[in-house]
Amino acid sequence: MFISADEIAQTIRMIQKEHLDIRTVTMGISLLDCAADDINVKCQKIYDKITTRAGKLVKTACGIENEYGIPIVNKRISVTPIGLIANTDVDGCVKIAETLEKAANAVGVNFIGGFSALVHKGYTQSEKTLIESIPYALHATTKVCSSVNVGTTKAGINMDAVRDMGILIKKAAELSADTGGSDCARLVVFANAPEDNPFMAGAFHGVGEPECVINVGVSGPGVVKCAIETVKDYDFTVLAETIKKTAFKITRMGQLVAKEASERLGVPFGIVDLSLAPTPAVGDSVARILEGMGLEHCGGPGTTAALALLNDAVKKGGVMASSHVGGLSGAFIPVSEDEGMIEAVRNGALCIEKLEAMTCVCSVGLDMIVVPGSTDAATISAIIADEAAIGMVNTKTTAVRIIPAPNKNVGDTVEFGGLLGSGPVMAVRQYDCSRFINRGGRIPAPLFSLKN
Amino acid sequence: MVKAVLSVIGCDRVGIIAAVSSYFAKVNVNILDISQTTMDDIFTMVMLVDVGAATVGFSELAAYFKELGAEMGLQMQLQHVDIFNSMHKI
Repeated sequence: MFISADEIAQTIRMIQKEHLDIRTVTMGISLLDCAADDINVKCQKIYDKITTRAGKLVKTACGIENEYGIPIVNKRISVTPIGLIANTDVDGCVKIAETLEKAANAVGVNFIGGFSALVHKGYTQSEKTLIESIPYALHATTKVCSSVNVGTTKAGINMDAVRDMGILIKKAAELSADTGGSDCARLVVFANAPEDNPFMAGAFHGVGEPECVINVGVSGPGVVKCAIETVKDYDFTVLAETIKKTAFKITRMGQLVAKEASERLGVPFGIVDLSLAPTPAVGDSVARILEGMGLEHCGGPGTTAALALLNDAVKKGGVMASSHVGGLSGAFIPVSEDEGMIEAVRNGALCIEKLEAMTCVCSVGLDMIVVPGSTDAATISAIIADEAAIGMVNTKTTAVRIIPAPNKNVGDTVEFGGLLGSGPVMAVRQYDCSRFINRGGRIPAPLFSLKN
Repeated sequence: MVKAVLSVIGCDRVGIIAAVSSYFAKVNVNILDISQTTMDDIFTMVMLVDVGAATVGFSELAAYFKELGAEMGLQMQLQHVDIFNSMHKI
């Protein structure tokens, strides 16, 4: 036979028992041509453009799912950062967010990203207003995702924006206090944000992107976990090779789906994001991969090294499997969305500081961490600043998605439901940093010579 | 020619191939190859077929086997061959 029964059985096992899936097919749509002086005209143009471009997205993705027998968990849309075209007041921005929600409902996607602003060097008036409107926009919607880029390696860190984001995250949490501050789960603060990321909540359609594009995010922590169990007694060379081969296979699925979706929709293929994205389901955890390598608990000594190996091997295996790679590409470590991470926090093995160290060697950053509602805005800003500094200095993407859950304390758990999972409240060090955060201005871009 | 793979996973029993092939004949699907193996004590049969001239659409074919599998206490799935090619062939 052209392909062996064993190989066919292996693919089917990966999908059915090891949670292999395509995490998202995300259509990026440029809204740059939707600018208009009148807010109602602008909203109508945005609605029309999204529903025209993405009208067949969900149906096409479901067709591919059916034909190839591979689940495509999410169908999503990312749009041009709204800060570029808003030019309105806070109410107008909320109206745009509501329009995005309406368009998302009309085409049947589960999230729409791009209620965003890129302010790493400074605010335009439009972006300033958009950022002010974020808590209200999130509260008025359920599918709109927001992100703000506050730093880059080339521009440094906009500390005014960092300060403001701390305040706005607190505000978003207060507005959604009845659901544990869940609006914050749709808000990401980035450094070096990628323009082609298909994953939420940080997806937006960057200015260097074409009119419309298809980006695909793969997943498969369960497959990697099962693969490394077969090499328990081997050294790191074998371990890394095993992960590479597995990542190759996973990514080939993404490439196939991306190619098919692009052809069927008549939209150019952008990138495949080589990510190990966990879900709260047992058997779909990145933390369990690290433990499978030989650690008693994720978060203990050795975790950063294990994650570095994993992240690198996933990229090396995935790069050859896809013609274009981009987005966040790497292992995700969202605490509330990973069953093993949740347990590690509950057991006291994993703390925010260790997570911060882990973000130095993997994709994204402090993701889906729940902290006590009493955490002040300056402290949240300082956590963002720390993470942005790691991204800026190491020329990588970092992000913070933090939920200061109102009236919750260490030991409590906040249930978000669905893919967002449930977050145990993590302890934050209680030292005042307000004088540092309130200085304002910019942290200068780092030097890239004299490396030590 | 549009190639697809029908996989049947579960406990071996009498009549699997008869049930599958009689339906394929009915809807004008040509069987190109059959292979079977036992992995982890689970019976696995795979059939390579050409659905290019089938009298029904792919989704209908896929739905039929899902149902037939449920009836026979087996897991049956029809998938386009490219998913296996892309994963296992460079």
